[in-house]
Amino acid sequence: MAAVGGCLVLLVALAVLAATWAIWRYNNLISLRNQVANGWKQIDVQLKRRHDLIPNLVSAVRGEMQFEQDTLEKVIQARNTAVAARGVADAADKENSLTQTLSRLFALAENYPNLKSNEQVKALMEELSSTENRIGFARQFYNDIATRFNIAQQMFPDNLIAQAFKFQPVELFEIKDGAERAVPQVDLSIRSDRTKS
Amino acid sequence: MPLNIYEQQKRNLANTRLFIAGFVALLAVLGMGADGLLYAGGFSPGLPLATLGALAVGGLSAWWSLREGDKAVLESAAAVPLDPSDPRQRVLDHVVEEMAIAAGMPKPAIYVVPDPDPNAFATGVGPERSSIAVTRGLLETLDRDELQGVVAHEMSHVRNYDVRLMTVVAALAGAILLLADWSRRGVWWGGRRRDSEGKGGLGILFFALWFLAVLLAPIIAQIVSLAVSRQREYLADASGAELTRHPLALASALQKIAAAVEPTRSIKQGIAHLCIEDPRGGTDDERQSWFAGLMSTHPPMANRIALLKEMAYRA
Repeated sequence: MAAVGGCLVLLVALAVLAATWAIWRYNNLISLRNQVANGWKQIDVQLKRRHDLIPNLVSAVRGEMQFEQDTLEKVIQARNTAVAARGVADAADKENSLTQTLSRLFALAENYPNLKSNEQVKALMEELSSTENRIGFARQFYNDIATRFNIAQQMFPDNLIAQAFKFQPVELFEIKDGAERAVPQVDLSIRSDRTKS
Repeated sequence: MPLNIYEQQKRNLANTRLFIAGFVALLAVLGMGADGLLYAGGFSPGLPLATLGALAVGGLSAWWSLREGDKAVLESAAAVPLDPSDPRQRVLDHVVEEMAIAAGMPKPAIYVVPDPDPNAFATGVGPERSSIAVTRGLLETLDRDELQGVVAHEMSHVRNYDVRLMTVVAALAGAILLLADWSRRGVWWGGRRRDSEGKGGLGILFFALWFLAVLLAPIIAQIVSLAVSRQREYLADASGAELTRHPLALASALQKIAAAVEPTRSIKQGIAHLCIEDPRGGTDDERQSWFAGLMSTHPPMANRIALLKEMAYRA
């Protein structure tokens, strides 16, 4: 009798231990999932900031950059379609083309010494390039935390918990647009633009 | 085999506990010896009063440093809060914001130290409360990417809880220094009184060993806190590069900072371990000897730059 009782106690103790472990790992996964969601929101915050800044910058440089109306229009257009974008994939696509038109505008502005010496334009440019960096760093942070979340789901023995509770790996942020991968080539496109105008 | 950043952070935490345990043990040894001395002097209150007292002094000074230390540090460097109307300082503000996003932590308070020598430091207790200060010279010398590298380095000191560790280590080292000083005086008085009583050989051996510990404790505490500081610099370089993904920018910033051999006069030696570069100034060549290496707060600049370049080639 005593031996049976001892076994029972041991079993109960093991079950309690296993349950505690499962709760602990489950909560870890939940915490990571929320951090991932928060990381994604942070990207949105910075994109919104960019949308708000662009009209100010365009109206500040418009007078000086009269010969680049085409580029300015494209920036405004890209901005408006990005604001109106619906869904993650769509937004990523529109934001990428906005990034492209913006970097073209930045490169063209280099040719206008008056702009470069204008305090207001300089401040706006700094705001905007800082925002570009923030978007980049927010994406980097999102990818880091998403990778940690995915690794936590795949590693043994936490993968047992992840499978039992149907955790899904999240997608990493990637640059899907081939043109943005080749950012240095922006230089070439400027030249072809200028010969056109 | 160099450790990756997560392994390094883990080892850091383990080391932290080890260092603090060692310092607490040193404090306890100082206190116990004093208790023994009191006991031999015929004074036995029933509680190890001196031991408890020593631990209390250490604990209190660590507690106070964590509460008020960052304000004292900023004040001693005459740091002033960031002025957003100055374009350079606005760039600094942006760079700090960017790095806070990259690190996924709250933005630290930003200060500027009116000093022409390029230098920077971080203080506080951790991501929830931290400050970053840079000298005006740094803002004038570095370009945006380099400034970002330096800010990432300082941010890493905050994120890795180096600021908290260094604050506690400095406070405990200070307490050890103070108590060792008291103990030396205690031995002087106690020794004169004990002459008449005449103790056994074992007692004398015990007191000799303890007295040696009293003499060595401040030196040990100093060397250990310097070693902690040097270790942390390499780690902050590496995790800073992890934030910017641009180790070469920090390498070139370090080159510029090293080239300015003038000391940073506004920053006192007491907070050297918080800076990106030893505020005493001077060149690496002057710190090459074994002893100079042991007594410096920062590893040689050439080593740090070489490690960062290695990271860039590997990336």
